[in-house]
Amino acid sequence: MILDVKDLTMRFDTKTVFQDLNFSLKEGSMTALLGPNGTGKTTLINILMKLLVPTSGSFKFGDQVRLGYVPQFRNIDAEYPLSIKSFIGLNAPLIKTSKIKAQIKHELEETHLLEIQNTRMGEASGGQKQRAYLAQALLDHPNMIILDEATASLDPVAKEDLMKLIQHLNKEHGMTVLFVTHDVPLARKYMDEYLYLNHQTIKQGKMSEFEGDYE
Amino acid sequence: MFQYEFMRYAFLASTFIAITCGVVGVYVVARSFSFLAHTLSEIGFAGAAFAVFLGIAPLWGMLLFTLLGSISVGELSMHSDQKESAISAISALFIGLGVLFLAISGSNSRYATNILFGSIIGVDRQGVIQLVILSIIVLLLIFLVQGQLNFDSFDHIGAVAHGIKTGLIGVIFLVALAMSVSIGSQIVGSLLVFILLTLPSSTARYLGRTIPSMIAWSVGIALIGVWAGLYFGFLTNWPVTFFISLIEVVIYLIAYFVHVVRHKL
Repeated sequence: MILDVKDLTMRFDTKTVFQDLNFSLKEGSMTALLGPNGTGKTTLINILMKLLVPTSGSFKFGDQVRLGYVPQFRNIDAEYPLSIKSFIGLNAPLIKTSKIKAQIKHELEETHLLEIQNTRMGEASGGQKQRAYLAQALLDHPNMIILDEATASLDPVAKEDLMKLIQHLNKEHGMTVLFVTHDVPLARKYMDEYLYLNHQTIKQGKMSEFEGDYE
Repeated sequence: MFQYEFMRYAFLASTFIAITCGVVGVYVVARSFSFLAHTLSEIGFAGAAFAVFLGIAPLWGMLLFTLLGSISVGELSMHSDQKESAISAISALFIGLGVLFLAISGSNSRYATNILFGSIIGVDRQGVIQLVILSIIVLLLIFLVQGQLNFDSFDHIGAVAHGIKTGLIGVIFLVALAMSVSIGSQIVGSLLVFILLTLPSSTARYLGRTIPSMIAWSVGIALIGVWAGLYFGFLTNWPVTFFISLIEVVIYLIAYFVHVVRHKL
């Protein structure tokens, strides 16, 4: 198991976000974290990323895990000046040795951004930006990647491109994927398993057998 | 004009100030701290007036006030929902204090003008040495944390997600900013120091696509401003600050219009 979650509970003041969550993820699995807006998907991710402390319960990643994380929102406006390449390089040491330069180039290739590496992030399309966020996270050489609503603001073509890229990372590089989304059709098409967070509890199963009601 | 000792001092001091403000300015703009930089210069004015009241050099009063001010205003603006109102309130208080200190210290209005609008021509040998040392400290401070500062300033959410200690980086940057305001005030005055901290770096955002290139543009444009400003000031006997602001604004507007035209076509 690459992730084991035991009796995880989160409360803000008196509001219980979720209670006694139990689930685990297998290495190399491709899981959609589904659920309506406001059910605590991002809260759960923030706990896993150690950005929030849970009220009670615990979780444990496998010893060999190297996490990559693509958060939901970024502050990139239309006037944002850095090029795609420089933006990705923010997650690399300041002194760019030839080895680091080669790594950045590799991630640019992997995410199909090499040809537009000098385009400003502010001028990049939504899909290009998402791929740049992913490339930046890939610089950490993760074997597990968590993406929070990465397709939420994308047009259908950009969505497919990103999902194919994530599928490629899973199939070719054996990367474990935890993909947060409320887009069930998309998850059905690309994800193998699901976690369904709603009414303060979580359900787990095969994506093909998912029958969420989203009530 | 270099046969005059005061001009040599003025050039040396303003060169270091331009480099410091050019570098720090890139982060001021990236972190949307322009308004904070402006407030800090007003706090610096109060500090200088306080120093005059005590009978010590204005630079030390400025350093004291801006350091205290930047930490408290920085904290306030990070945690308050009404960021701009909070900063405005503090800024009003400090301008009031500055006026009070000047009044009760009994100094003449010429002194107030010097603090507010700068008096580079009056920098002596000791003043130059102080400014150079302080500039080097600021640059070292930035250099020490530059990797994390880059990440935090240009992608705060990504930096948090990567576990960078953004709070600590923020405080270190506020200290560097406070020192830059204090030393920058020595040349363009506390009322206009935000020019050197925001305009060259805002212009650089249109010209550079990497952080090193933005820093290079920002420092270059700041240097052109202070050098040309001193030169024209020497020729015409008009205030150096006037020329520096004029040059920086003109360069900014040219870069802005070129940017707009390019993106409309």
